Amino acid sequence: MTATHVVDHIHDEPMSEVALRSVAIEALLAEKGLLTAGEVQRQVNLMDGRTPADGARVVARAWVDEGFKARLLADSRSALAEMGIEIPSETPHLTVVENTDDVHNMVVCTLCSCYPRMLLGRPPDWYKSLAYRARAVRDPRGVMAEFGAAPPADAEVRVLDSTADLRYLVLPRRPAGTEGMTEEELAGLVSRDSMIGVTDTLTP
Amino acid sequence: MTTPAEPALYTHGASVRIRVGSPVHHFRTPAYIQGHTGTVDALCGVFPNPETLAHGGDGLPRQPLYRIRLQQTDLWPDYAGNPADTLFVDVYQHWLEPA
Amino acid sequence: MPAAHDRGGWPDDTPIDRSEHEYSDWERRVDAVHQVLGQQGIRTTDEMRRAIESLPPERYEALSYYEKWTAALELLLIEKGILTAEEIDAKTAELREQGL
Repeated sequence: MTATHVVDHIHDEPMSEVALRSVAIEALLAEKGLLTAGEVQRQVNLMDGRTPADGARVVARAWVDEGFKARLLADSRSALAEMGIEIPSETPHLTVVENTDDVHNMVVCTLCSCYPRMLLGRPPDWYKSLAYRARAVRDPRGVMAEFGAAPPADAEVRVLDSTADLRYLVLPRRPAGTEGMTEEELAGLVSRDSMIGVTDTLTP
Repeated sequence: MTTPAEPALYTHGASVRIRVGSPVHHFRTPAYIQGHTGTVDALCGVFPNPETLAHGGDGLPRQPLYRIRLQQTDLWPDYAGNPADTLFVDVYQHWLEPA
Repeated sequence: MPAAHDRGGWPDDTPIDRSEHEYSDWERRVDAVHQVLGQQGIRTTDEMRRAIESLPPERYEALSYYEKWTAALELLLIEKGILTAEEIDAKTAELREQGL
């Protein structure tokens, strides 16, 4: 295993100095036998395979199955296992919080970038931005307005700063007019941003 | 196998104050909540202490981690939203004191 | 004055830049290298967070997300005696010569 093998996996150009250093570090770790390019690629593929569609499937199931929803809110790991979604034991604990007519949840990590990667994949850039981390806790309604969302003035907006050890996923409200839809059709309505909680406007 | 853990001191509804501090080591109590008073929403679990884990330590004894409910109007005097708006944040027990 | 990473509530009127970029190969890989090293017990997420937070404030604010991860990874691997800065410099130069 030499640097050349790592290079085979990189198709970016041009690369910044820091980016190049990351490739150098991986190559050195491989030369020392601490990892292989194949192991790294498998992990890349695993994360590439995790997308907001996974979270959307879970939300849709919770919308159509009250029992599942109760189990999901109480203990996400075992509820997700029912759907065949196995969360590795070393993965941080996931707590699912439910939006209602009275409470709207919105998630941020002010200290770093904690995010429910197990159900949504890698976070969007804005979630990790300094502006979002600064503003989300102080002006959540202003942030939501930028995302086109306007929770009722008399609803409780509840910001969750997931900065310690847990990860949070928002269970958005099921839109009106979707009574006849199948679980698969419902999953198609669920946006990533609604599961972060910066918006709650889902339309059939 | 269980590892040593601090016993949980607080229950749902307890009024707690978040300690003020800025130790030189890694810690997870954001500055904007320090010194504020909130209520315990839930005990999230008992986790290895990140303050020693981050420096190569074993994180023991594990620390109870609580979800704390704070009022936005208390955090930000100029808060413009609904006075009922809240902020929930997870705080380790050793950063809390009875209020 | 809170540390540079402790951003909650900082006065900031900047609109949220909602543009998104497709992650580059190197970004995907440095993310994956971290996970693999974690699975092997070589580094913890807690150590990673500490290393990122130890970056000088101007560097913390200037580097992109995965550049911060790279800087932190380098710091931890040197601290643990797994790599040296000289080795990384030399390998980086070698890659540059290969046309990357």
